[in-house]
Amino acid sequence: MTRTDTFLARVAGWMLALLWVLPLLYAIWAAFHAPEFEAKFDLTAPLTLHNFSRAWEQAPFARYFLNTILLVTMILSVQLVLCTLAAFAFARLEFPGKNAAFALVLVQLMVTPDILLVENYKTIRALGLVDTIVAIGLPYFASGFAIFLLRQTFMTIPRELDEAARVEGCTLLGLLWRVYVPLGKPAMLAFGLVSVSHHWNNFLWPLIITNSVETRPLTVGLSLFSTTDSGTDWALIMAATLMTSAPLLLGFLLFQRQFVQSFMRAGIK
Amino acid sequence: MRRAWGQAWLFILPAFVFLLAFTHIPVVQTLIDSFWSTAKGRRPARFVGLENYAHMMADPIFAKAMINSAIYGAITIPASVGLSLVMALFVHRRFRGVGLMRVAFFTPTVLPLIAVANIWLFFYAPGFGLIAQLRDLVGLAPVNLVGQPATALYAVAAVTVWKEAGFFMIFYLAALQTIPEPLREAAAIEGCRPWTFFRRVTWPLIMPTTLFVSVNAVIGAFRLVDHVYVMTRGGPDNASQLLLYYIYEVGFRFWDTAYASALTMVLVAILTVVGIGQFFAADRKVHYK
Repeated sequence: MTRTDTFLARVAGWMLALLWVLPLLYAIWAAFHAPEFEAKFDLTAPLTLHNFSRAWEQAPFARYFLNTILLVTMILSVQLVLCTLAAFAFARLEFPGKNAAFALVLVQLMVTPDILLVENYKTIRALGLVDTIVAIGLPYFASGFAIFLLRQTFMTIPRELDEAARVEGCTLLGLLWRVYVPLGKPAMLAFGLVSVSHHWNNFLWPLIITNSVETRPLTVGLSLFSTTDSGTDWALIMAATLMTSAPLLLGFLLFQRQFVQSFMRAGIK
Repeated sequence: MRRAWGQAWLFILPAFVFLLAFTHIPVVQTLIDSFWSTAKGRRPARFVGLENYAHMMADPIFAKAMINSAIYGAITIPASVGLSLVMALFVHRRFRGVGLMRVAFFTPTVLPLIAVANIWLFFYAPGFGLIAQLRDLVGLAPVNLVGQPATALYAVAAVTVWKEAGFFMIFYLAALQTIPEPLREAAAIEGCRPWTFFRRVTWPLIMPTTLFVSVNAVIGAFRLVDHVYVMTRGGPDNASQLLLYYIYEVGFRFWDTAYASALTMVLVAILTVVGIGQFFAADRKVHYK
């Protein structure tokens, strides 16, 4: 490429980048200024955190934060345990029906619980768990995606390690815990980031299955806040919006590399 | 040996309980329910055969939702895939500020779709939003992009593209980095122009990534509807009605669960076809290393 070509590509790149962050910057502007500056650009306008404190007071965001944190922690812990066990069996053990069982796992990559809203609601109702945090997580406990990802990772671990451990008298569970889990940690971390951000952001299912402050996660709380509680006070809505996304956004900015690599790892199968 | 089988099954059993209970059995049950009527009050559900599907064929909102889903896909799939490739080409080599540029492209991906919807609602807002202000500046009349039937679907589609392109970019970025630098240098020495290099070398080499990203974009086109809930609720006058959102409305606002089951089967069928298609396409084109 000639120098002019490179220069033009850079300029085009920066223009697209600017265009891309514009909606977000606009939201940040509104959130940190008094409502009268919502649509008025004045670089001397005083910055304020007032919108954030107003939003915090007007809706139980503290409770929503707690609910979401409980939710994502619960989902990730259960997923890691269940899916590690299953992935290990698929990667290293021989048993009849293995291929059929694995095909069933792959089905879930396409037909996710997200679209089976009606039946899953009936199941949760039959279990008497409507409007609980556990109910939001239950359909996601067995993640076909996690099983797939961890199986791929486990299959790359040399079998000599298995044999060495067996000679030492290690049980299967011991082998899994001492050899496979430590070596699978990068994949688990990758899956962890993807899972946490997915469930932090999930909306439709929690909307259906919850109906009280004690169970509602942030996304549902935010949608309720912006449609009913606040009229069209944009500064207030933008403050609440940024507040609910802040942990993920800050996490991403601080651990950019891990985030990008995790998403990448998780996608390339 | 038999003991080993038993052990293997014990390892997969816990995951399979949840997998079957919340994915496979619901699919089968949805199919069964779609042949029954919705139980109402004291009237229990009764077998109605294909009545729900007949109703679907005659339902103008279903037709609207399908047409909208097709338009939505026709916009969001090529736009997000194309833009993600352009972004990756912009940032795949090191230069001052490349990190910042990558962050700019990727950030929308980590935001909740509900938050994204709020941000764009403000961006579009007549009288307040940046778009309204720019139109005002050049003397155009204010428009309500999400509030009028002619533009609502496109306004929603733009948000999907914004959210997804940065996510797809990272896959292209990974693919571009596997193309050996000596190849590029050799091509340059031979006098190969960048565009020719891209068309003859880069594009064929990143084909598997394009396939992977496209399948994800297709799935996204059917599954991403959170922002519809916040921005338009499928309106005005069903102008932005999409299949999954319609399932939600029928199932949980009108409580017609039988009809919602029939609609769900349509979505399951579409996703299954996409999945099988991906399987065969990948078999033929993808070269794993």
